[in-house]
Amino acid sequence: MTETLDELARRLEEALPPGAVITDPVRLRTYECDGLTHHRAVPGVVVLPESAEQIAAVVRLCGEYGVPFVARGAGTGLSGGALPRTDGVLVVTSKMRRILAVDLANRRAVVEPGVTNLAITEAVREHGYYYAPDPSSQQVCTIGGNVAENSGGAHCLKYGFTVNHVLALEIVTPDGEIVTLDADDPGYDLLGAFVGSEGTLGITTKVTVRLSRAPQAVTTLLAAFKDIEQGGQAVSAIIGGGVVPAAIEMMDALAIEAAEAAVACAYPRGAGAVLIVELDGPAAEVAHQFAEVERVCLDSGAFELRTAAGPEERAAIWKGRKSAFAAVGRISPAYIVQDGVVPRTALPEVLASIDRLSAEHGIRVANVFHAGDGNLHPLVLFDDAEPGAGERAELVSGRILDLCIEHGGSITGEHGVGVDKSRYMPKMFTDDDLDTMQLVRCAFDSRGLSNPGKIFPTPRLCGEVPGVRKGVHPLVESGRAEQF
Amino acid sequence: MSTPQNTGPRDAPYGTGAHRAAGEALRGTGVTVREADPDDAVAGVMPSWVALPESTEEVAALMRVSASHDLAVVPAGGGTRLHWGAPPDRCDLLVDTCCLNAIPEHASGDLVVRAQAGVTMDALAEALAAEGQELALDVPVPGSTVGGTLATAAAGPRRLRYGTARDLLIGITVVLADGTIARSGGKVVKNVAGYDLGKLFTGSYGTLGIITEAVFRLHPVSPARRWITADLPADPGAVAAALAASQAEPSAVELDWLAPSPRFTVSALVEGAAVEDRAHAVRAVLGGDGGGKAPGWWGAPPGEVLLELRVPPSGVDGALSAVAARGLPARVRGALASAVLQIAPAVDIGGPEFAAFVSGLRGDVAPFGGRLTVLAAPPELARLADRWGPVGALPLMRRVKERFDPGRRMSPGRLAGGI
Ligand SMILES: Cc1cc2nc3c(=O)[nH]c(=O)nc-3n(C[C@H](O)[C@H](O)[C@H](O)COP(=O)(O)OP(=O)(O)OC[C@H]3O[C@@H](n4cnc5c(N)ncnc54)[C@H](O)[C@@H]3O)c2cc1C
Repeated sequence: MTETLDELARRLEEALPPGAVITDPVRLRTYECDGLTHHRAVPGVVVLPESAEQIAAVVRLCGEYGVPFVARGAGTGLSGGALPRTDGVLVVTSKMRRILAVDLANRRAVVEPGVTNLAITEAVREHGYYYAPDPSSQQVCTIGGNVAENSGGAHCLKYGFTVNHVLALEIVTPDGEIVTLDADDPGYDLLGAFVGSEGTLGITTKVTVRLSRAPQAVTTLLAAFKDIEQGGQAVSAIIGGGVVPAAIEMMDALAIEAAEAAVACAYPRGAGAVLIVELDGPAAEVAHQFAEVERVCLDSGAFELRTAAGPEERAAIWKGRKSAFAAVGRISPAYIVQDGVVPRTALPEVLASIDRLSAEHGIRVANVFHAGDGNLHPLVLFDDAEPGAGERAELVSGRILDLCIEHGGSITGEHGVGVDKSRYMPKMFTDDDLDTMQLVRCAFDSRGLSNPGKIFPTPRLCGEVPGVRKGVHPLVESGRAEQF
Repeated sequence: MSTPQNTGPRDAPYGTGAHRAAGEALRGTGVTVREADPDDAVAGVMPSWVALPESTEEVAALMRVSASHDLAVVPAGGGTRLHWGAPPDRCDLLVDTCCLNAIPEHASGDLVVRAQAGVTMDALAEALAAEGQELALDVPVPGSTVGGTLATAAAGPRRLRYGTARDLLIGITVVLADGTIARSGGKVVKNVAGYDLGKLFTGSYGTLGIITEAVFRLHPVSPARRWITADLPADPGAVAAALAASQAEPSAVELDWLAPSPRFTVSALVEGAAVEDRAHAVRAVLGGDGGGKAPGWWGAPPGEVLLELRVPPSGVDGALSAVAARGLPARVRGALASAVLQIAPAVDIGGPEFAAFVSGLRGDVAPFGGRLTVLAAPPELARLADRWGPVGALPLMRRVKERFDPGRRMSPGRLAGGI
């Protein structure tokens, strides 16, 4: 540890409760990566604060020493967003796990950032409510991480993402001030801009979430198709027909094979693709839409349909899909989880191109995706013992992102840019676009201490605000404006 | 500020060399530029010129000239909400977006549309309806544009189900004060690459730059709609809460009330499949007739002078009692279940009375977690009132403004705190 960090660690110990500052190298190592495990860095210091005030004190001390800081929730992020800095402080929210208020009359709850996504739903389920965004990692990932990543889930097709379900945030700004961003604030939607900023605009210390009414009826349907084209056709026809299901998920043959091997999900034999369609809402509406979806699937060539009669059967249908990421471990020694988006209508073309890429480079790709919104999660499989295979897999994975950009899509639908994809940002955005985004960064964090090195390939030096008058503005002097 | 006055360019009185040079430079861009007339005044402030650009690049050219001549710029759409917000401190150039009126892309299969900022919401609705789709933002004032709707963060009754402009906007193109063209988002709904500038520009009242293009997610037009309307003697907020919690899933629950009378008209909209069943479920809570049609006031602003009241849903009835207790006749209308209501005081209200009403009511609703802002009021009426009330994030908003518009030339003074 450098002298600066040494001294900073001592100051942090004074400011925080006993045991809240970790400098022991062995313990530091447990924080060296998030869910993207091939990027690693042992943090300089780890702190485990218990309140917004303590986080503010940490951030102010970091400012005093010019040391960068990185927030971390559960560390399930898949883009290296919580990758620590060896020369910095990692602020872990694991001691801030209280649900502060549940306000059913106003359909909202106030929680600390370290509360897990699922814990919110569990706290209100008995009253017939739930927190809608449902990332597959919901048992472990934190609401603070969800806010930073603007996380989605299988059901965001109908219900939207984290940003659509957060009503207010308390944050510690990179200057160490505690500020509330409220959806009801007039003026710029800073709340909306903060959500999805991957920890680069400050640290979330409190989240007010919207609670949703549990739907009256839920119906889940599994449709098996001969191939992925038929499945894709069904997706387009369902949505084109005016039905917005809660979720539409698709898996291709290789992903099904992996899921079978891992959890014996017993999907229809011989399926080249399966589609999971979930409908929810008022019972009468669901019944109506279900008939429509069934018809469309059969018209598109589905050779088997299964409908879940209750929660157990629903869980059985979802089992294969939910296990898919981990399951490919059964059929491949190593894999890359990719996350890209294409316009839904481009799905067939893009999937065909992925097939070609796969054949050309001898790298298998299992496709699992949120078909309703064109969010692909190709699992790029390789054998890390085979020389060159890792590089080929990287290449294929990168080319898939190129395909997404070419088709007017995005390099990430939900996993974020982090360190993993910052180099792709210039492919999706111009320098002017990126510089403009960084104006926001400069407004919040002019010294670039909050999670530096993430999102943007080349950080902007903010400097002084150009042209801002130091003295009294002439308009203020003349009484025509308040000071801004 | 009751008569239009000309206020700039800074240090360059009307008719001087600097003024003439700025005018020539604006015309030199090749964009249509004309001298302003009194009809072009923005909340009482008259610009020198009006420009009518036809593309994002033309807007950028105008902004570059404005930067080098220190011109204050106010973008304007259909002019339907140009009187919203505070008057600008100065305004040299009005950028009228009327000719940015193309819809370059409607990917109906993807339920996405890309429209230029000057496209009116009616024109957009018409184009989308041809494919059985809609942008689920009700903006009932005829002539309002895409850009103006975003800049004022306007939303209508169905915010309950679909959210507001910020929830439906998936991509944006803007031109900054120095002429930089920037985009964020894209044309897919699910996208977390980079900061979301669209959010920042929603509600920005022209103070950060000029919105030139927007991409929205769309919804299929509902096959059927039913309105259920009833008059209630008291506690409409409690009824709205019951409706919002019911399984009827109304898309909107609206209030129309002439304070302080004890008659609250509440109307709920159900849409989608199985509307009859759901209308029945709404009637079970609300009572009322099954006429099925929208009431005449549906979605229309309650008056010319407008305050906006936002309160947690459980505070609605308390806040409405506070309005009644003020004793001043006012029409109150808006999204009851979302608890975002507009209040229009009687037109003959005077400045001091108005200021007292605003600050008094602001104090009354605060204990319910409510907040009150002045959306629209002529400068002479609002002069004594604090339009915005306390805004916690104001220092951060100022810093954003300073970064985006360090010369303070974009609609200066229109937002809270002189932003
Ligand atoms: C098996 C698996 C499945 C997944 N499925 C999904 C899915 O379906 N949908 C989806 O969207 N994502 C998914 N993810 C990704 C991941 O779970 C989400 O991004 C999640 O939101 C991260 O939460 P976390 O608490 O683990 O955050 P971390 O990984 O600890 O951090 C993520 C980012 O958030 C920042 N951060 C964390 N806490 C704060 C805070 N309090 N203030 C400011 N910044 C903070 C970090 O600096 C970092 O940039 C999945 C991951 C795994 C491993």
